[in-house]
Amino acid sequence: MTDHRTHKKADDALELVAFCLSAQEFCVNITSVREIRGWTQETRLPLAPDYVRGVINLRGTVVPIIDLSARLGLPPVEPTARHVIIIFQIRQQVVGYVVDAVSDILTAAANDIQPTPDVGSQIAKDFVQGVVTVEERTMNLIGLEKILPGDNSARAAS
Amino acid sequence: MDEIQTTFFQECEDLLEELESGLVQMEKGDRDSETVNSVFRAVHSIKGGAGAFGMESLVNFAHIFETTLDLIRSNNLDTTSDILTLLLRSADALSDLIAAARDETECNQDFIAAVASELTSLSARSHKAIDKDGGELGLDFVPVPVDLGADLDVHSDALNGDGLSATTFIITFQPEKALYDSANEPLLLLRRLSELGEATITCDASALPDLEAIDPEEAYLRWTIHLRTDKEEEDIREVFEFVDGLCHLEITREADPDVTIGDDPLGEDSAVSDLDKLLGARAPSLADHKGPKGIANPAASSTQGANQPNKKLGAIGAGASEATIRVKLERIDRLVNLVGELVINQAMVTQGAVNAGIGRDEGFEQELDGLKQLTREIQESVMAIRAQPIKSLFQRMSRIVREVQATTDKKVKLATEGEATEIDKTVIERLADPLTHMIRNAIDHGLETPEIRRGAGKSEEGVVSLTAAHRSGRVLITVADDGAGINRPRVFEKAVEKGLIAKDAQLTDSEIDNLIFSPGFSTAKEVSDLSGRGVGMDVVKSAIQSVGGKVSISSRPGAGSVFSISLPLTLAVLDGMVTDIVGQTLVVPLTAIVETLRPSQAQIHKIGVGGMTIAVRGEHIPLIDVGQLMGFRRQPADLESSVVVLIESDDHARVALVLDNIQDQRQVVIKSLEENYGQVAGVAAATILGDGRIALILDVDDVIRRAVAASSDSPPLALTG
Repeated sequence: MTDHRTHKKADDALELVAFCLSAQEFCVNITSVREIRGWTQETRLPLAPDYVRGVINLRGTVVPIIDLSARLGLPPVEPTARHVIIIFQIRQQVVGYVVDAVSDILTAAANDIQPTPDVGSQIAKDFVQGVVTVEERTMNLIGLEKILPGDNSARAAS
Repeated sequence: MDEIQTTFFQECEDLLEELESGLVQMEKGDRDSETVNSVFRAVHSIKGGAGAFGMESLVNFAHIFETTLDLIRSNNLDTTSDILTLLLRSADALSDLIAAARDETECNQDFIAAVASELTSLSARSHKAIDKDGGELGLDFVPVPVDLGADLDVHSDALNGDGLSATTFIITFQPEKALYDSANEPLLLLRRLSELGEATITCDASALPDLEAIDPEEAYLRWTIHLRTDKEEEDIREVFEFVDGLCHLEITREADPDVTIGDDPLGEDSAVSDLDKLLGARAPSLADHKGPKGIANPAASSTQGANQPNKKLGAIGAGASEATIRVKLERIDRLVNLVGELVINQAMVTQGAVNAGIGRDEGFEQELDGLKQLTREIQESVMAIRAQPIKSLFQRMSRIVREVQATTDKKVKLATEGEATEIDKTVIERLADPLTHMIRNAIDHGLETPEIRRGAGKSEEGVVSLTAAHRSGRVLITVADDGAGINRPRVFEKAVEKGLIAKDAQLTDSEIDNLIFSPGFSTAKEVSDLSGRGVGMDVVKSAIQSVGGKVSISSRPGAGSVFSISLPLTLAVLDGMVTDIVGQTLVVPLTAIVETLRPSQAQIHKIGVGGMTIAVRGEHIPLIDVGQLMGFRRQPADLESSVVVLIESDDHARVALVLDNIQDQRQVVIKSLEENYGQVAGVAAATILGDGRIALILDVDDVIRRAVAASSDSPPLALTG
């Protein structure tokens, strides 16, 4: 099994960061992760959507913090010092997602990833890019492109 | 190579600016030869650079342009207003060609060709008049002595009897070896000298050894020139400017100017023939001297007059104007960012000292204050680097005026004031489009046709004035015209037509005027070529708002309209009042704050459901609970323990903000929210506080607008999110 993965890594393997959210495990492609940092008290934004927790200062840059749990339709997190912010760079934007904990860094072969089953939930269709099965663990691969607090959501709220 | 080319284009920008400001000076009646020279030099330098990069069309046009300017420079062409207009258009064409060469695009060939042919015919006409005058300085060396004679004759003829205010200078000129070594040619100097007036040149060849003893590289000759001219001594010195230090030069004013008039004690013929001999003797040595070094170049003849001023540009540039260096913008931006960090860090240190209980130590407190002061000064100095005079922008506008004028039958004059006003470079760049549009509008919609103007007892020529000035920490730019003013009935009608207002709406004059900023509003009856490009004043307004500016209009029927643009000096820092609201920190821009007060129950009046006003010196001002407006809380604030901050927008609308507490006043660094997130209602930007946390900066205008909108549709005061 390990041999198989190492072999595969050379051509079409993906490195993934796995994290926990509301007792579920999710993962994202590591290439868009810029850093992982502890929870910092955020500054609230007026009239923002409920999944936008606010903004934090990341070495002089204003970075919005998204409650991924709320974004996915799960119960919103109540952040504590043990929560973690994953900072992503998606296109030109730098965005932080608050998650319960980062659990693992994994390597998955392309054929470990299956397309999202048709579950009928719009949120699942929008944000879950596929289902990854590695070492008998199954988790949703989050597609970051669509999860951004894009202009639409921010403007609609204003 | 690319880098050199980039530098060339950067220089071109500066040169174009110089060219244009010189022409504008000339248009204002400046006949100073230095102004003409600077214009000529600018074009010539562009030509030279373009030649080096093989930009043919640019070189060709610059050459034609330069030829005309040369005629003006040598006083062979009068700068009438028609000619100046042509010159200004030529400058536009040159700028187009440069832009085309830089961006590798095509430019309007018809325009270029039209201007070029006008210039050519102008030069041709003037050339005819001065053909004999040595306009073409044939510099083949061999026939030179003869040429010189002819030149001098022509000049003497031309200038005889023309010497009313003339003085006679006695000039002794003795070249040193170094002068010849650096490929200077005394003949050219003498010829230029003789162009200044009536010259009698004698050569002292007494130092010349026998032929066999001659060292061809050595300098033996000395000239004495009696020059009768109305020019000043500086003009004469200017001729020798490039051989300064390479020769012995003495210029004395002859006591009695009459001595040499009409009676040449030495005899011109003898002088010329002396010269002839001597130059003849000198010729082979010069040829030897120049030839092998490859300096003698027939092409030099045509640019002779031009190369020298070019060198002079360096000399004068270093002396007359302040020294400047060219720095990449990104380096400055990096510095600006770093200083921003420094300001935040300084705030953190101060905060930390207070937290650690050492902030009270007197000595330490002083040091902290010193640090704060220094930080602020560094910040201001860095901002000053980014600041640029608004002149370049105004110059672009004068081109717009010329273009618009050419396509309408209106007569327009652009008057500018306060060109030296400095403002952030980014603001200047982003102001170009809205300002262009406003200028177009002012001419197209504002000014009347000459007939109507005459009928109204105004001068046929309309005036569009553009001014800039510093006003209480902001820059105020106005665009004014002396046209018909806003046609209020027409605007009203149109607004009703477009469904912007109700048919029976009662609006004040100023409200009607401001309707033109509404989206989708355009009053021109026919969409004209100029301003009706589908861009309305609302776009102008939002473009100005995007750089933190405000725009307003005032108009008087028959007397014209004034658009005022108020801009922040910089986009990087802001003086703000740091306040608390529901556990959040909010910064209110200091410029908007009128006063702060603790409300008493007696001042508060409830209006309807949730609506409240506060009476301040008899005026009832809407009271806004910021906590509710921002969605931070549902319960109304406890007014007993609140503070009220009275703010005013640019159009003088006032509201009173209810806040929990006021912490401090300080300078904050503006951080963009839009970069990583997007626009946020009621928030202009963010900043970073001393404790490293982010605070939001209130968008005063947006809050006031929302408050007014909210109070007009009852009952909700809070905006739902």
